[in-house]
Amino acid sequence: MNFWLIQTLNGVSFGMLLFLLAAGLSLIYGLMKVLNLTHGSFYLLGGYVGLAVLHLSGSFVLAVLVGSLAIAAVGVIMERFFLRRLHLQELPQALLTFGFLFIFSDLATVVWGTNPQTIPKPPLLSGALQLGDFFYPYYRLFIIGVGLIIAAVLWWLQDATRLGAMLRASVDDEEVARALGINVSLLFTLVFGFGAFLAALGGVMGGPIVGIYPGADFDVMLLGFVVVIIGGLGSLKGALIGGLAVGLLDNFGKVFFPELALFTIFAPMAVILALRPAGLFGRE
Amino acid sequence: MSPPHSKHLGLRPLGAVALVAAVALLSLPYVLSTYHLGLVVQMLIFALFAMSLDLLLGYAGMPSLGHAAYFGISAYTTALLALRLSLNAWLALPAGFLLAALTAALFGLLALRTRGSYFLMITLALSQVVWGIAFGWRSLTGGDDGLPDVPRPALGLHLPWSLADSTPFYYFTLLVVALASLLLLGIVASPFGYALRGIRESESRMLALGHNVWRYKLAAFVIAAVFAGLAGSLYAYYNRFVSPDYLHVTRSAEVLLMVILGGAGTLIGPAVGAVIIVLLENVISTYTERWLLLLGIIYVIVSLFAPNGLIGLLRHFRRRRATQ
Repeated sequence: MNFWLIQTLNGVSFGMLLFLLAAGLSLIYGLMKVLNLTHGSFYLLGGYVGLAVLHLSGSFVLAVLVGSLAIAAVGVIMERFFLRRLHLQELPQALLTFGFLFIFSDLATVVWGTNPQTIPKPPLLSGALQLGDFFYPYYRLFIIGVGLIIAAVLWWLQDATRLGAMLRASVDDEEVARALGINVSLLFTLVFGFGAFLAALGGVMGGPIVGIYPGADFDVMLLGFVVVIIGGLGSLKGALIGGLAVGLLDNFGKVFFPELALFTIFAPMAVILALRPAGLFGRE
Repeated sequence: MSPPHSKHLGLRPLGAVALVAAVALLSLPYVLSTYHLGLVVQMLIFALFAMSLDLLLGYAGMPSLGHAAYFGISAYTTALLALRLSLNAWLALPAGFLLAALTAALFGLLALRTRGSYFLMITLALSQVVWGIAFGWRSLTGGDDGLPDVPRPALGLHLPWSLADSTPFYYFTLLVVALASLLLLGIVASPFGYALRGIRESESRMLALGHNVWRYKLAAFVIAAVFAGLAGSLYAYYNRFVSPDYLHVTRSAEVLLMVILGGAGTLIGPAVGAVIIVLLENVISTYTERWLLLLGIIYVIVSLFAPNGLIGLLRHFRRRRATQ
């Protein structure tokens, strides 16, 4: 019994990290129609910057804040000075974002080397919850909690605020939104920066359990894609449900079929693709 | 965007150019060192790989970001057969590209239901499945270590020279790539090739005209995989080694860069793009460890300044000169 509960929580906590990643991917695609191949880099860079800040300041909170805000700034610069010039040109966009993936990946090895690193857990969260004979690390519970809070904030932003209304209008019809006086260009920058922020947040928070290593950018990008293929690009609900599904599939796959770990993720992805090409909650 | 024709490029004396190129390529082993000849072999192989993707991207308008899957599947198949069963290339080469074609038919069923960014993402994800197999199935593929000591092909023709030597292997590669290129040129000039262009320009119009668009796209997907596979098997023979790198996303993205850098939809453009990238990679890698960084910068520059490729730039300047 404990085994199932622990493995489920492990899957859910990893799924929450994937949700952070996929939510950004999905928002960016939904608004800008950009498939951001640099998204995994934001995760990786977030982790590295977070670790550096932690070494300097000793504060996990500061590491999370500075790490994600710094990468949000990188996202803003990328959108303003590069992506913006390729509006709605999907192939050049793919080339551009893939180029940045290479650039960031190589710069990261220059600055931080090639050894895998982990971010130490904050002391406050390094223990384990004990209920009878059931133990579970606080830190993973913390990730689940933060994931749920972010999900709630995103829903509130999207459904209940003026910003969210402008966003939804621009997703539905960019031209009309512009004509109505909505500053769509500013929204583009905000959303891209915010997506980078969420991915970097995932990187810093995932640091203690997943680790930061060269190649994490590719691994994480791929998992993010599987999440949005399952959940549907452009849908928050899809990012959350897809994230949890892939987190659980990945975890139980590794437990039961360690040799076939990737298949437990990709087989369901292929089934969903066959049945619903736009994903569970995507719009055709 | 009008489809490119050679006459717009001022390549009217095409026959003469082809003749000069053929003579030059045939005489290269007498001029170049073994190292440089190897470089030309790589250029030929990647030119074929890039042209195979061009059939998909440039003619049918399908931007695959997982084309290395077929390159790699065929390379692994050929290498495994050569290592475990028989050296005979008449068996190992076709088995390679047939398995690539089969995989493409299967993946095509899934990927062709989507287009645009979804298509990019799904082809990428599917190719990573294959990468996962190559990486994880250690007993068959050697995992991360790959398969070393792949023997060069035996043709069983009682030829006086062995393909293990660099000059005969160069001629072998040249012959295969030349024949494959002619086939591709034939496909592109055929009614099928024009149907693909029609699909690229307007799928709905082609549907309205009564064409079975889906079948054309699947056929293009499979044919492109066959030529990519052929390139992959040649590369396995050339390196005498295969590894999961053969089918990693970075290779898929690299061939996409080659196609776009040269100019999609022209066949010759992507071949030129392949030559440039292979050359740059080899030259720059001897001077610096930071090839990946520079490659990234090349991606960014091409995407911003030459999204239609060198052929596109050439046409742009010609048009400017013509209007002045």
